[in-house]
Amino acid sequence: MATSRQAEAASPWRAPILLAVLVVLFVLEGTMRNALFSGSWNTSLAILNMGLISAIMALGVNMQWGYAGLFNSGVVGFLALGGLAPVLISVAPVQGAWSAGGLRVLAALVVGLGTLGLAAIVWRRLPKRSRVLGLLAVLIVGFVAYRWLFDPAVNAIEANQSAQFGNLGGLGLPVLLSWPVGAAFAAAAAWGVGKVALGLRSDYLAIATLGIGEIIVAVLKNEEWLARGVKNVTGIPRPVPYEINLQRDPAFIERAESWGMSVAELSGIWVKLCYAGLFIVVLLLLILLAELSLKSPWGRMMRAIRDNEVAAEAMGKDVTGRHLQIFVIGCAVIGLAGAMMITQDGLMAPTQYNPLRYTFLIWVMVIVGGSGNNWGAALGAILIWFLWIKVEVWGPQLIGFLTLPLPDGSLKQHLLDSSAHMRFIAMGLILLLVLRFSPRGLVPEK
Amino acid sequence: MDILNALVAFLNFVFIPAAAYGAQLALGALGVTLIYGILRFSNFAHGDTMAFGAAMTIFATWALQAIGVSIYPLPTALLALPFGIAATALLALGTDRVVYRYYRQKKSDPIILVMASVGVMFIMNGLTRVLIGVDEIRFDDGARFVIDVRSFREWTGLTEGLALRTTQLITLVVAVLVVWALFWFLNRTRSGKAMRAYSDNEDLALLSGIDPERVVRMTWIIAAALATIAGALYGLDKAFKPFNYFQILLPIFAAAIVGGLGSPIGAIAGGFIVAFSEVAITYPWKKVAEYLGFDTGSAMLQLMSTEYKFAVSFVILIVVLLFRPTGLFRGKAY
Repeated sequence: MATSRQAEAASPWRAPILLAVLVVLFVLEGTMRNALFSGSWNTSLAILNMGLISAIMALGVNMQWGYAGLFNSGVVGFLALGGLAPVLISVAPVQGAWSAGGLRVLAALVVGLGTLGLAAIVWRRLPKRSRVLGLLAVLIVGFVAYRWLFDPAVNAIEANQSAQFGNLGGLGLPVLLSWPVGAAFAAAAAWGVGKVALGLRSDYLAIATLGIGEIIVAVLKNEEWLARGVKNVTGIPRPVPYEINLQRDPAFIERAESWGMSVAELSGIWVKLCYAGLFIVVLLLLILLAELSLKSPWGRMMRAIRDNEVAAEAMGKDVTGRHLQIFVIGCAVIGLAGAMMITQDGLMAPTQYNPLRYTFLIWVMVIVGGSGNNWGAALGAILIWFLWIKVEVWGPQLIGFLTLPLPDGSLKQHLLDSSAHMRFIAMGLILLLVLRFSPRGLVPEK
Repeated sequence: MDILNALVAFLNFVFIPAAAYGAQLALGALGVTLIYGILRFSNFAHGDTMAFGAAMTIFATWALQAIGVSIYPLPTALLALPFGIAATALLALGTDRVVYRYYRQKKSDPIILVMASVGVMFIMNGLTRVLIGVDEIRFDDGARFVIDVRSFREWTGLTEGLALRTTQLITLVVAVLVVWALFWFLNRTRSGKAMRAYSDNEDLALLSGIDPERVVRMTWIIAAALATIAGALYGLDKAFKPFNYFQILLPIFAAAIVGGLGSPIGAIAGGFIVAFSEVAITYPWKKVAEYLGFDTGSAMLQLMSTEYKFAVSFVILIVVLLFRPTGLFRGKAY
């Protein structure tokens, strides 16, 4: 949310210049081998791919923050929820899991959600005196019924081939189908949180989303019947060829030889380029949609609400309703990015979902890139991701260089050991400096 | 039916741990609620302030241990607390001067201040990691138990044992002292009254000649002291691990909101409500029920597994937001 709306128009060249800087950085990473860069196209493209996914996350956060001024501090949760989709949609079904208790788990979930819905109805319909009792009765009966259905079913599913699977497994459908499903999962959760926390003061949404983020990650870590919890699901199908198949393909080997590259290297690059192409298509499509909607009457209304809620409300706009809408849409985009990330990794490992890395780093990307500007958020995301990865390499080298005059000893060793944590300080500093001295970011809103 | 054993099991597994945890949450929530009342934003860096304060206290403890100071049977960390508080207060005042003051004078939206506190959180988190590392640290020297299970059994002849750890007792005693001191300060001293006046009505307070910067400075010092004490007690009780302090942020916010943001008495009530619900919902009640003569069969009577204890604070938070967004003690909600 830019606070200084009257500021002079920024140069229209900022976005192209930032893009050019990024291209140069990635080319340097791919070609130069020295203390700063790895000189490997494989590394460069790996950073780029994750940067593109981060850009989609940043787009989602930018919709919430840049269009509506909503602070979502549970990005990691919506991302993780989206990541569940590839597991449930595209992994091959587990033999015997559904017959062991699949339907019963579904029934339990329906009963659980039904209880909450019924409780809401009871609370609204019953007369004031009896509604507390009615609410409690519905909740207690519902909870007991839920546990009665849920517990045996979960035990049965987890006992089924527990060493190798022990989970429900997926539907065996194409993995690309899981991307919109991941978005839908995240959107559903966002609707629930937004319904409760929006319309109150702005900090409450931040605190409520902090909670839902932690809970979703905890569910993924502990519910083994769902996605094996911390035992991880591996071998999630890919939408692109496998390196190992490429390396056996005679035509591919021939091409590698004619380009003078090793087959292993080219196959890695090839696969990553395929992913990059897919991600770029999704990213550009999202930016196109976001830009079009921002220029529509709906977009003007969103900005009007953001800039002056009271005035917009006086003009008859449903501020809370619009906030809920944009919050759900933004979370859907984050869920989509989560599904894409798991598809690229081919691995669902819930322990990787660290809030500092997947919530607050995304925030740094949006603020630095330019809140309210889709191109800014996307380019800022790729830039910050590149720096985040490289600071891990550069930090120790910088510390090593700075501590050269120090005698060898425990202090020097301690500084060298702790240099890996420097990037938290670096990111915090970047966030604070941009927020203070350039609150509109590198590519400001038009 | 064996009421005494049931009571002892309840005290041992539910009441004592929840009371100690509740005191830690209450101290944390007091800091959050004070910052909210005076500076009017939710401080996301509070968890990491607690971690930083605890880390500074650990350093001072090590220094004291190195020169052979000990107050056996109490943990040395109690002596080290003032050093930890001083260091943390300096850091808090520094961040206010460098970061928050600018937005305060510009009268930015509260959400911008929240955003700035996220930046501060990153820096404090990194600072703590750089200074002390990410590993678990135990720094509770002194006697481990006030009452241990075996001597309790011998003493009472009951089958169920009861343990009261020194850290739990210290947590409760220190929390009571700190809360008493804080309320005395807020209600009896000129500075405390100035703080409350500023929190109630900023403009009126300015008109009556209260220096806002002084109020803000005092708030940071008190919040830093509360955070350090809460952080050190939590670390003494459980073990110090930087990441835990990020996770405790949610129950602390829940406690502050349940009580009503900006209301000190509410923060204390909220801390205990959250802690007792968390422990009661994640404790398997089988043992207590069996002592009371109920046959539970194979059921553990555990409403939720311990991994989901954060869900409890979340649900409490949601219920309060739905039914009484200003909290139990009518805090500010603008």
